[in-house]
Amino acid sequence: MSQPFAKLPAWADYGLLPLINLIVAFLVAGLVVLLVGESPIDAAVLMVKGAFGSGDGVGYTLYYATNFIFTGLCVAVAFHCGLFNIGGEGQAYIGGLGVSLVGLWLGNFLPWWLTFPLAILASALVGALWALIPAWLQAKRGSHVVITTIMFNFIAASIMVYLLVGVLKPAGSQAPETRVFAEGGQLPGLGWLLNLVGLSMRSAPLNVSFLLALVAAFLVWVLIWRTKLGYEIRTMGFSPKAARYAGISELRIIIITMMISGALAGMMALNPIMGAQHRMQLDFVAGAGFVGIAVALMGRSHPAGIVLAAILFGMLYQGGAEIAFDMPNISRDMIVIIQGLVILFAGALEHMFRPSLQRIFYRLGRAKNRTAAAAIAGGNQ
Amino acid sequence: MAEPAIELVGIDKRFGAVHANRDIHMRVEKGTIHGIIGENGAGKSTLMSILYGFYQADSGEIRINGQATRIADPNAAIALGIGMVHQHFMLVEKFTVLENVMLGVEGAPLLKNGISKARAELKRLEREYQLDVDPDALIEELPVGLQQRVEILKALYRGAEILVLDEPTGVLTPPEADHLFRILEQLKSQGKTIVLITHKLREIMAVTDNVSVMRQGAVVATRKTEETTVEELAELMVGRRVLLRVQKGEAKPGDIKLSVENLTVRDSRGVVMVDDASFTVRAGEIVGIAGVAGNGQSQLIETIAGIRAAVSGRVLLDGQIIDITGAADPGELRDRGLAHVPEDRHHMGLVLAFEEYENSILGYHDDPLYLNGPFLDLEAIKADARKKIEKYDIRPGDPRLKTANFSGGNQQKIVLAREMERDPGVLIIGQPTRGVDVGAIEFIHKRIIEMRDAGKAVLLVSVELDEIRSLSDRILVMFAGRIVGERDSDADEGELGLLMAGVEHKEAAE
Repeated sequence: MSQPFAKLPAWADYGLLPLINLIVAFLVAGLVVLLVGESPIDAAVLMVKGAFGSGDGVGYTLYYATNFIFTGLCVAVAFHCGLFNIGGEGQAYIGGLGVSLVGLWLGNFLPWWLTFPLAILASALVGALWALIPAWLQAKRGSHVVITTIMFNFIAASIMVYLLVGVLKPAGSQAPETRVFAEGGQLPGLGWLLNLVGLSMRSAPLNVSFLLALVAAFLVWVLIWRTKLGYEIRTMGFSPKAARYAGISELRIIIITMMISGALAGMMALNPIMGAQHRMQLDFVAGAGFVGIAVALMGRSHPAGIVLAAILFGMLYQGGAEIAFDMPNISRDMIVIIQGLVILFAGALEHMFRPSLQRIFYRLGRAKNRTAAAAIAGGNQ
Repeated sequence: MAEPAIELVGIDKRFGAVHANRDIHMRVEKGTIHGIIGENGAGKSTLMSILYGFYQADSGEIRINGQATRIADPNAAIALGIGMVHQHFMLVEKFTVLENVMLGVEGAPLLKNGISKARAELKRLEREYQLDVDPDALIEELPVGLQQRVEILKALYRGAEILVLDEPTGVLTPPEADHLFRILEQLKSQGKTIVLITHKLREIMAVTDNVSVMRQGAVVATRKTEETTVEELAELMVGRRVLLRVQKGEAKPGDIKLSVENLTVRDSRGVVMVDDASFTVRAGEIVGIAGVAGNGQSQLIETIAGIRAAVSGRVLLDGQIIDITGAADPGELRDRGLAHVPEDRHHMGLVLAFEEYENSILGYHDDPLYLNGPFLDLEAIKADARKKIEKYDIRPGDPRLKTANFSGGNQQKIVLAREMERDPGVLIIGQPTRGVDVGAIEFIHKRIIEMRDAGKAVLLVSVELDEIRSLSDRILVMFAGRIVGERDSDADEGELGLLMAGVEHKEAAE
């Protein structure tokens, strides 16, 4: 009785429903485009072409997606523990310190394949430590992580401004950024990967951290569903009382989970810093930490879903930039509106179409039963 | 014959795949008490929710006093003179009795006139039906029995001629329940019609005139109460013969396994929940703790199980002290042979969102048996879960099914299988059969007795006095956090009821 509607089959739950949400989001976005006097169809063509129509388009789309995979995983891991870590932005920003220190120092005399693992460790460590303080406050003092992590975003931003303007900036430079890393601090691009599918990438910054993001997604899946720690995290996330009953230490799990979450956010810094700009610039995260929340919501906190959602948002970023460039009436802010609509329908209004879809599936199921019953009755005559 | 107060004709209701009510026909005569009895999930509550306008029937007709009606929402039901007393009270704790009674029928934007009118009307109702409650008392300061009376007054205040009570005695002591039944008799003599929903056979026999038995969404029989027996009703409810009495041999108590000394526990607000409790449980005996819900039993067993912190006192397991400062690790206690079936299986004993096999290791997930280094050994866990499913007849027997999709009885079996199969020395069980159907109750009781006969020390907490009496070898009664008495298993029910209501002092003085 607690289930008033038929359960949806898995393919409808994870495939059809997000697809419907996405279509509605694009329809409404199309209306917005219409409103400012441009053709929605042209805009759509432009977006898809811009995102996937060329080697560079794909390169940029996947480059953005790399950022969102990391931040999406960061949010998802915390979600599984019932924690809402919205500090991915700050954890990634601070994580840039780890990457930069390795890039600036070891980049001078080590090859990239040695600096890369060290930079991974450094960025993860710094991100994890930045998440540790809110985690500790939550576990020990009950200070809500939503409040503390968002506050830590501001603290991180201020610290980074201070460091980039005063400490890390080379003498004589006017730009708030570090010097360019030596060759050992630069990650190789993935042009060869696109060549395999017949595309050529010239200027897009897609680099090996994309592969790292895919590995991270797989490892998160293993962690959550295949390890004892993941079992404990999920128990805590679903029912803290059951976790207490089962002898799972709340303190330990909250701290470990938040540190993993922060580490994933911190690793995002590798992509723009070592992979693309080869230096750390002011505000290099550029909101990816917050997009990660939408990505995790849309991907249902499942790594596979997160990778797909991250690519979708990568497309919106890259294709959106193309639209803003080519359509005079559509400014950069309009693109943000369209992205907002996707987040609204895919994330926040996720359950809007669920009841009607369930009703349809229920009716279908009943009709099928009836015809089956009629067939049996007919056979008996 | 006069028109019946309620006549249900062919009521049918489905929720998805669940056929909650099947073609229900029922007549409730005016001025009678009509019982509806059935197991959990038999469709009683759905039927009453349709009558009260929470749900709409898929087909069928409701006739009130002979008039076919459509009850679109609870307001329509109230307008037709139907009042409902819910199992969980719908009262605002911080409001007075008067404020609660007039809530929603204030009459005007300004309360002044409404209050004096309501006060006069409430006085009249109290006089007429002998329902004494102080109209200015705060709800949170009233005992549950009186809170229930306020619920009844609320219904009467809205002009109810038909009163539906959903499991009204679940929260009452036996004396309070008896008092409620006297009130119902009084209401009946004033011409009101009463529908009493319950799963307790004794109550049906005690107060009703007619009784309808529901099973799997259908009314399987309607009887005049004086022409039926408890045994017949039980059989109709379950669909087969049921042993109502638990069969068990003499207990052979052995060494002391669990010993509680001067245990005092406060809740987070600092209120004393367990007050200086001392007792022991020996191997091979079942010690039952009787008491009305909320008298400290929950806190007591949670403290012993290492989940809650105590203020003072000692707990010894096999003569070894247990850490009761709140820092105890329930996992370590499990290793020492203490198993715990918690009262709240939905939030504590199980993770409802987990698949069945995941719950079959909750609390024992540290066992190397289920692990491959840091990884879960899913094959081993599932094989283990399948064994337990077979042994405890858990249905459906699918370890991959989400736990929330099991019935209450089967969920409880998942917990019992997990805790009992570990062969613990001490087993603490809270509310073993709450929300569990009659068939599974029989099975669970048998298992508990088997544990005792295998030489385990069993500490049993239940608010069902019948359960405590039929299972326990010794009975402790808890009231306001204190253990106010110890009795043998054949103790008189009335005496236990008085102890549960906290009137032991008079006796002691005699």
